[in-house]
Amino acid sequence: MARIDVKGLRHAYTDRPASEADYALRRVDHVFEDGGAYALLGPSGCGKTTLLNIISGLIRPSEGAILFNGTDVTDLPTEARNIAQVFQFPVVYDTMTVYDNLAFPLRNRRVPEEAVARRVREVIAMLGLEERANRRAQGLTGDEKQKISLGRGLVRADVNAILFDEPLTVIDPHLKWALRTQLKEMHRRFGHTMVYVTHDQTEALTFADTVVVMYEGEIVQIGTPEELFERPRHTFVGYFIGSPGMNLLPATLDGTTARLGSQAVELPGRPAMQPAGRLQVGIRPEFVRLGREGMPVSIGKVEDVGRKKIVRAKLEGEDISVVIDEDAEIPAEPHVTFDPAHLNLYADSWRLELGARP
Amino acid sequence: MNKTWNNKAWFLVLPVLALVAFSAVIPLMTVVNYSVQDTFGNNVFFWAGTEWFEEILHSDRFWAAMGRNLVFSAVVLAIEVPLGIFIALNMPRKGWGVPVCLVLMALPLLIPFNVVGTIWQVFGRIDIGLLGRGLYALGLDYNYVNDPVDAWATIVLMDVWHWTSLVVLLCYAGLVSIPDAYYQAAKIDGASRWAVFRYIQLPKMHRVLLIAILLRFMDSFMIYTEPFVLTGGGPGNTTTFLSIDLVKLAIGEFNLGEAAAMSIIYFLIILLMSWVFYTVMTNYGTEKR
Amino acid sequence: MLELRDVSKIVAGRTHISDVSLQLEPGSLNVLLGPTLAGKTTLMRLMAGLDQPTSGSVLMDGRDQAGVPVQKRSVAMVYQQFINYPALTVYENIASPLRVAGADRATIDRKVRAAAELLRLTPYLQRLPLELSGGQQQRTAIARAMVKEARLVLLDEPLANLDYKLREELRAELPRIFAESGAIFVYATTEPAEALLLGGNTATLSEGRVTQFGPTIGVFRNPADLITARTFSDPPLNTIELEKRGSRFVLEGTPGIPVPGRLAGIADASYTIAFRPHHLSLRDKGGGVPVEARVVVTEITGSESFIHVDYAGRRWVMLEEGIHRIELGETVRLFIDARHLLVFDGAGRSAAAMPMAA
Repeated sequence: MARIDVKGLRHAYTDRPASEADYALRRVDHVFEDGGAYALLGPSGCGKTTLLNIISGLIRPSEGAILFNGTDVTDLPTEARNIAQVFQFPVVYDTMTVYDNLAFPLRNRRVPEEAVARRVREVIAMLGLEERANRRAQGLTGDEKQKISLGRGLVRADVNAILFDEPLTVIDPHLKWALRTQLKEMHRRFGHTMVYVTHDQTEALTFADTVVVMYEGEIVQIGTPEELFERPRHTFVGYFIGSPGMNLLPATLDGTTARLGSQAVELPGRPAMQPAGRLQVGIRPEFVRLGREGMPVSIGKVEDVGRKKIVRAKLEGEDISVVIDEDAEIPAEPHVTFDPAHLNLYADSWRLELGARP
Repeated sequence: MNKTWNNKAWFLVLPVLALVAFSAVIPLMTVVNYSVQDTFGNNVFFWAGTEWFEEILHSDRFWAAMGRNLVFSAVVLAIEVPLGIFIALNMPRKGWGVPVCLVLMALPLLIPFNVVGTIWQVFGRIDIGLLGRGLYALGLDYNYVNDPVDAWATIVLMDVWHWTSLVVLLCYAGLVSIPDAYYQAAKIDGASRWAVFRYIQLPKMHRVLLIAILLRFMDSFMIYTEPFVLTGGGPGNTTTFLSIDLVKLAIGEFNLGEAAAMSIIYFLIILLMSWVFYTVMTNYGTEKR
Repeated sequence: MLELRDVSKIVAGRTHISDVSLQLEPGSLNVLLGPTLAGKTTLMRLMAGLDQPTSGSVLMDGRDQAGVPVQKRSVAMVYQQFINYPALTVYENIASPLRVAGADRATIDRKVRAAAELLRLTPYLQRLPLELSGGQQQRTAIARAMVKEARLVLLDEPLANLDYKLREELRAELPRIFAESGAIFVYATTEPAEALLLGGNTATLSEGRVTQFGPTIGVFRNPADLITARTFSDPPLNTIELEKRGSRFVLEGTPGIPVPGRLAGIADASYTIAFRPHHLSLRDKGGGVPVEARVVVTEITGSESFIHVDYAGRRWVMLEEGIHRIELGETVRLFIDARHLLVFDGAGRSAAAMPMAA
């Protein structure tokens, strides 16, 4: 197990990057603490998989260094880094049995056969694959194969980190739940440093203690799921996390009052300095109350998604989404109010820290 | 999987069936006809029954030729398959090298059999051939016309040169279809180069390799043109393969009945061997499912 | 109208589709919901005419389609993989079915531009598919299916290979796009959430059988049987087998669960009680039935918490608003929302559909 430092990482897939746009990773500095569960979250092309492959050593970065427990491993090949990785599509050795698949990484490292047997039996029991142990891996279902990929990482007691590259993409929804909880239990039990790459916010937020949100080759925010949800540093985070994403409404500022067209919203505090640039008020659909008081809205569409309803409305001509309870009624003259504790103010897409009231 | 069913599709197959009937079935029946009769020309035939077959099966000459064929196929497969896999493994997977390698590999396959024979016949001549002259200059007593070992070596070399590419191309197709994640996972699992080959590349190549072996076996077992052009079956009978012997028997000695019986036996052997090969190889991959 | 009458498909002795009868109206959106291998793709192939049913018939406007080749049917299909002609521009890709049909230049141009506008592809018409993002590639494929103006449009998990957020956006757009065409849409997915967002009708599939077909929200709220309820639940459905005695379902150590008024008349017997994760809560929202359970795993998404509990050996999932950090292993008091109970008899049929004993 290890603490992983990435320092000044930059990576371009072309040999001579001409501009900043050629970099898949623009600049990344981060510390993955020993035993932490991290998620790298972002849309495709944001550089998250590149970062993961740099950590595992499958890619050598154009610039910067990676340290495992303080030792520079930038030039070490994958096999010398002692890490495990689970890929998007399950990788199993078709001709081997489940048992042999799991024993493979140990046998390659010349672990005595009795130790192999002990360890493999343990992992097989943990993954609930006892009945499959002597079957060939070829005929198994997708989730079983993915468990084997995970198991090959778990059998090595001393791995520095386990890396996951969108491991649940090909798994059915109800099996995802089982696999995800199993992952969490494994993490608790063994305390491996785990890094999980995904574009799926639910997977990222539920898996990780710390989520690293990436966008266009850079880290835009690092935080706990709550922080990302309640105080997105960048409008992209607000949009990307939560479904539907955060409502962003153009505004002007007047002291601690944000004006949205002809309406006004009282902010919880005043920004430290007079903001410049394009101002937006951000409020999550979950923190908008629909009722008979507040700012009038016109309702476009109500989507009943089972356990809640998503109301698509217009406020001062701007799109706004509101989440209401499955049993909630929509008033005849709908108005909205914002929960002041969850209001955010953005200048040119970056969040402004709102200090206490003057 | 069954697709749309529509009986009209059979009409589309009809021309091919007709063609196959003309080109394969009818000539085959003629051969069967010859094999059970005897003739001295003038279109006069006598019923011979299974006599020709018995004679062939008791003939030393047939078994000697048969032995040479088996040895030849075995030697050729033993060289071409590992060599083909080795070359395929070392070919580039991306970049400008790919088309260059593919064209170079395909080149020998484009040359007609008799031309290959002629090329090597000239190439190996000790008076004007580059190979023959070169070996001679090195002090080696090389002469494919007089020395059976040299003749064999030249024919094997010629076949390897001509056909290894086929194995290479088929294996290469199998290799490029393996997703990168497999190699990455293997690196992470600390797999050796050999383990990668044994547990990833070989299983994924298994199907194409089966086709390659089958094709090379059938083809090498039927070898005719190259040794015919190069050595004409000599020196002595050392390179007289079944096919060459067959032609000698039929045309050289005008022994039509015996030749017909021999070609039927020859045909059945190839059919049997291919079937055995195919069953063994397909079962190998699926036995423990 | 597309009608399937007692359609079955048996391949090599294995039943892939079993006795499916469906009637799909023009202008309707029909979701086929079920896990991998439930028979969604097979059913679509039968609808398209790519396969023939072993028994039963497929009728279009009352005419049996047996023997009508696919080329002569009015069908368009979109797959999970983004299938476009790589060498043709987006414009030519969209135009291809029209060119095959021999439409004139002006018509082609008009229809291609209209479809591109609808799918927001106008700026990319001159690009090649591989220069586009996954979402744009899939939109191109959908546009191509649309211009064909087929009577039947089949979409087989079209969003499965896209990023989460893109999926969300396209999902919101699709019903609008579908509404503008008068075709019969059939949309296969493994995700209950997707079915709910799309709305329309849903047919739940399990092991080759259609277990229920009706308006999406209706199937979600009132599943006809336990299999349907399980198929249409993400996070997974919570269940427990209980004995009904008089007016209560007996639950040891608790006052039991009162039999909902609407089900008062069902016979005393053993039943499976089921409820969705958001109907299990830490607070009593009125009419809640208290139970005590041990916490196994908690997952936090930022706005909600998934709390996995163990109740007398059964694994339940609770979906609770807000962030709740609960010590693992702790025993907590939970409330089952009795108003939304689903009750199934021994054969898995919904008790709501049973004859009442007086």
